[in-house]
Amino acid sequence: MTEFLAFFKTLTPTGYLFLLLTALTVISAMGVVTARNPIYSVLALIATFFCLSGHYILLNAQFLAAVNIIVYAGAIMVLFLFTIMFLNLRREDEEAKTNLTKIASVIVGGTLMVMLIMIFRAKSSQLPVGSTVGFEPNTGMVENLGHLLYGSYILPFELASVLFLIAMVGAVMLGKREAGDRHF
Amino acid sequence: MQPTQDVLIPEVIQQIPLTYYLILSTVLFIIGIIGVLTRRNAIIIFMSIELMLNAVNLLLIAFSSYKSDSAGQVFVFFIMAVAAAEVSVGLAIIVMIYRNTRSIDVGLLNKLKW
Repeated sequence: MTEFLAFFKTLTPTGYLFLLLTALTVISAMGVVTARNPIYSVLALIATFFCLSGHYILLNAQFLAAVNIIVYAGAIMVLFLFTIMFLNLRREDEEAKTNLTKIASVIVGGTLMVMLIMIFRAKSSQLPVGSTVGFEPNTGMVENLGHLLYGSYILPFELASVLFLIAMVGAVMLGKREAGDRHF
Repeated sequence: MQPTQDVLIPEVIQQIPLTYYLILSTVLFIIGIIGVLTRRNAIIIFMSIELMLNAVNLLLIAFSSYKSDSAGQVFVFFIMAVAAAEVSVGLAIIVMIYRNTRSIDVGLLNKLKW
């Protein structure tokens, strides 16, 4: 505990910003899981994504912070909201899972978490402090990533377009109404 | 030469040990797992899976920034692309389930249960 307090005193505003963002991220992630209404769940997930983008900016990965907001908070979450809207999920009845199941799954998850954190904090697995000698500050910049993406990773990049085509065809196939089907 | 190099390193990397990012993404991942195990609403289960994907993304970006290696961030970019495709197909499947059973409670889909 004293070790943690000592660590706390060495922080500058950026360090406090990290801790604040971390707390916000964890709280809104818990909101996703515990919210009764699916709409509140989606909103909490959007908040989580914005907090994660803040983390990316702190880590000097500006390009991915922007992409995270555009793709996740912008596109994917709108898709979720749309689905919830036209399935008209207002009932909050369900949740028929017994308390026993819930307690058991929380215990399983908690055990896994404690185990993983113990492993990461073990003395033998301490990560070496990053050497500041050959540090490149512009790792996450668009220019650097673009060179890599269109250089060594050109084949996976092109294959992603094929994946998108297949996903689009599949979504239309699955979502299309057959002749005798209900609308919703 | 030395002072200018110190200035260029982001402050977070100088102050926060990488272990803290490991712990944060572990916590996010576990929250996702608990969400999948406790909820019955298919859409919320799907969102918990997104949460787990994002925990892994955060970890990849943290490692790539601390080691100043861009390959990790390209990897995150591909994970985001695959996640977008996955969400569109998954939501189409959920809509189809709703059309057939009038509910998105995963407890009703028990044909594969033994």
